[in-house]
Amino acid sequence: MTSHLAVLQVVTPLLAAPVVVILHNKTLGWLIATLVSLSCFIIACVLCLQIYDGNNIVYTLGGWAAPAGIEYHVDRLTAFLLIIISGLATFILIGARESIDNEISADRLYLFYTAFLLNLTGLLGVIVTGDAFNVFVFIEIASLSSYALISIGRDKRSLYAAYQYLIFGTIGASFILIAIGLMYAVTGTLNIHDLHERLAHVQDSRTLITALAFFIIGIGLKAAIWPLHIWLPDAYTYSPSIVSTFLAGTSTKVFIYVLIRFVFSIFGIEFSINELSVQYILMSVALIAIVYGSLQAIKQDSLKRLLAYSSIAQIGYMILAISLVTVAGVAAGLIHVFNHAIIKVTLFLCVANIIYFTGTDSINKLAGLGKQMPVTCGLFVIAGLSIIGVPLTAGFTSKWFLIKATIDSGYWLVIPVIVISSLMAIVYIWKVVEQIYFKEADHAHVVTNKAMPYSMYVSLFVFTAACIYFGLQTDINVGLAQLIADDLIGARP
Amino acid sequence: MSSSSMLLVAVLVPLLGAIGIYITGKHPNLRETVTLIAAGLLLLIVYSLLPGVLAGARPEYKFFEIFPGLDVAFRLEPLGMLFACIASLLWPVNSIYSIGYMRGNNEKKQTCFYICFAVAIASTIGIAFSANLITLFIFYETLTLSTYPLVTHKGNDAAKKSGRVYLGILLTTSICLLLPAIIWIYSIADTTAFTEGGILPATTHKSVLLALLLMTTYGIGKAAVMPVHRWLPAAMVAPTPVSALLHAVAVVKAGVFSIVKIMTYIFSPAVLSEQLDINFVIYLSSFTIIAASFVALQADNLKRRLAYSTISQLSYVVLATALLAPLSILGAALHILAHAFGKITLFFAAGSIYTAAHKTLVSELDGIGYKMPITMLAFTIGSLSMIGVPPTAGFVSKWFILQGSFSVDSTVAIAVIVLSTLLNAGYFLPIVYRAFLKKPDGAEQSIHEAPLPMVMALSFTALMTIILFFYPDLALSLLEPWLESLS
Repeated sequence: MTSHLAVLQVVTPLLAAPVVVILHNKTLGWLIATLVSLSCFIIACVLCLQIYDGNNIVYTLGGWAAPAGIEYHVDRLTAFLLIIISGLATFILIGARESIDNEISADRLYLFYTAFLLNLTGLLGVIVTGDAFNVFVFIEIASLSSYALISIGRDKRSLYAAYQYLIFGTIGASFILIAIGLMYAVTGTLNIHDLHERLAHVQDSRTLITALAFFIIGIGLKAAIWPLHIWLPDAYTYSPSIVSTFLAGTSTKVFIYVLIRFVFSIFGIEFSINELSVQYILMSVALIAIVYGSLQAIKQDSLKRLLAYSSIAQIGYMILAISLVTVAGVAAGLIHVFNHAIIKVTLFLCVANIIYFTGTDSINKLAGLGKQMPVTCGLFVIAGLSIIGVPLTAGFTSKWFLIKATIDSGYWLVIPVIVISSLMAIVYIWKVVEQIYFKEADHAHVVTNKAMPYSMYVSLFVFTAACIYFGLQTDINVGLAQLIADDLIGARP
Repeated sequence: MSSSSMLLVAVLVPLLGAIGIYITGKHPNLRETVTLIAAGLLLLIVYSLLPGVLAGARPEYKFFEIFPGLDVAFRLEPLGMLFACIASLLWPVNSIYSIGYMRGNNEKKQTCFYICFAVAIASTIGIAFSANLITLFIFYETLTLSTYPLVTHKGNDAAKKSGRVYLGILLTTSICLLLPAIIWIYSIADTTAFTEGGILPATTHKSVLLALLLMTTYGIGKAAVMPVHRWLPAAMVAPTPVSALLHAVAVVKAGVFSIVKIMTYIFSPAVLSEQLDINFVIYLSSFTIIAASFVALQADNLKRRLAYSTISQLSYVVLATALLAPLSILGAALHILAHAFGKITLFFAAGSIYTAAHKTLVSELDGIGYKMPITMLAFTIGSLSMIGVPPTAGFVSKWFILQGSFSVDSTVAIAVIVLSTLLNAGYFLPIVYRAFLKKPDGAEQSIHEAPLPMVMALSFTALMTIILFFYPDLALSLLEPWLESLS
């Protein structure tokens, strides 16, 4: 049994999805989705313990050895991401029922859980597979289901947002496919480890450079790296709150994983740097993303859109850290992947509660909300402090390691950008805080649901606690991230 | 109880006090009792730690480790002890004064006022006890945030605007300059702990040292070295007890304390004086001393004049530290003490005048010394201490600073101190002159002394200003081991 754990990550949610369709019941749908996510989370944790010492797990599908068959490969990086994704899915779903019922019409609820499970299948599959073409397949599963998730709500504008995402997402996925195809043309293999070994012997190949270029642009689209981010604000703003929450926490993180995996494990850093100067390209777009995202976030009136632009800036931080191409830099990037997932989910869950209570996420209409929703607003402030990077919260750890990695690498000019964007984060969080605490309510809120069900606080408390826990105790995330960074580029002088 | 756990208790007492104030908020008398009890307890706890520190003990308390080399922890050493003593002694005095002031002026939101005050005191004690830069940074920021509601207490547009300046400057400087400096220091030294003799190795390149020095000087916006001083005059919209808190007890003192602490425990004065050819900080602080004095000279609003006087006095501390001579650094520490008592007296007096006579301008003070003799006498003592005339505490600290300046032959420093002494006299003595030697307008006969609690408070601090001149021994013997660790 334990030898099959790797494949269970994908198989469980994949099989559960049609079951939910057949049962056609929203309560059972929720229950199954939650239990499946939980089991994936537990499996991910077990896997992580198994490979923690560095004994990677290689699982061959159907017993067919690579390169003929497909291989699943679990190393520390894989386990790290698996835990993040399945953990987020579990703890978001636990408290999400009321909000989902509220924002999605009743006859579509079972479809929501189906799409959710498929999305989970895709995201976990991308991470766990050791086959480049398989990566593309799972990306498509994750993307198609996320288009459905975005457009499943009542808001008609979500259709347009989903369509826009579909166009950009498909272009991105096709580019990634082209890159994989070109690599196959050069090497004749799709297995990631084979690819790495064979590519090492291929020098000065124009095909390979083209593949890398296609890949970077494709992944830029999927991970919403500036200037390929334009689908993201709409998709996050108009989709149901829980969908925004889940996407914000998971999907871009998975594509950053793909970026790390391909650049470091397949193309190799030497090649990426020498042939295309990938690190400078990424660093410059990351810096622009940080400033642009923060500036846009300040201007927004819709809370969800504000958080979406903040995500663009935060993705910039991750890319910036990775583009330093040092052990400390990659570790900082991974730490931020982990911490930002938690922080952003907390913020989006607060917004989900606010929308449930007031029916709007327009900041101007939220005056005086602090008195009416003291718990949610209080937790919003904690998560807000965390995204700013205040000490004793998770965000501070991220920022500390990012700045330290930057200093160690000697990129002095980058530091002002980081600190100034922290100030901009203060501005956009303060904007909300001032409105909810320091303004008198001038008109009644458009209340749709007067009583807040307690279940809506469950997830919120879990994630807020995590925001603080990982600010005080960093052994787990920082420890693992540093091991992974060592694995990836430790050998490099 | 062991003295290490006392460190924790000292920070918890004002916090628990804040909760108590919140619970008893509806009953003013009970609420004020809670404040005074908490203040008294804190005073007892802090002074119970004093004998140990005098005997050479350095109690430590570790909360947790964020990651290796980065703890949140307390460690008590002489300089922090001195600062904690000042803050804990002035909190009860300020509370007594506040009761008179807040009731005398029928201020609103008094519960909120006392809560924030208690949290600010807890942060101040946290700063004083910090064992490393990161702990200091955390409490530095909580101090900024907890004083924001105090600055905007009046709630009108002017107060909100000033609050924004206050928060904006203090947060911006600390996040843009102080935090990167801390991380940089960590990156060089792999620790941020305050260690006797400094943690930056002597091999550090001088341009790095200079950059870090400037980043900390300006990153600690609370020390108000120009041009990051704007928040201080802006914060003058706050009620007078808050100004007293800002100027004497907590905020600005936390700023200069942090600078002195970082200069002596992170940088090493010995290394700095060897490495730095030109110490810009000397010029920056000298400029601030003189420029702020000129502004104060022209200010007609009494509190504004006091605010600029504070800016000038703070830069004395920065200048004295930047001279890097042991004697001047000792003078810097003593100046924190002397200025605390002198300036709180002046603010208390200004608040009394406002409460009793509703006057805010210097030009309105003709003959007020006859109506409010105790207040104006205390004001005179405070002024003399600012100028540095014996028998006041200001003379002692200035004496050491001057001695330090002579020991390193810094003509700039000597000239600045002499000139600023003249300027200090130029903007304080006319007030005393007006109050006692000019005839009042005659129209107003109804002015009396301020309420008793206020008069008591300001008499006490004025008295302390004089006592510190005759008995500076305790402070000196406390600071002696600290001074030895410098050289």
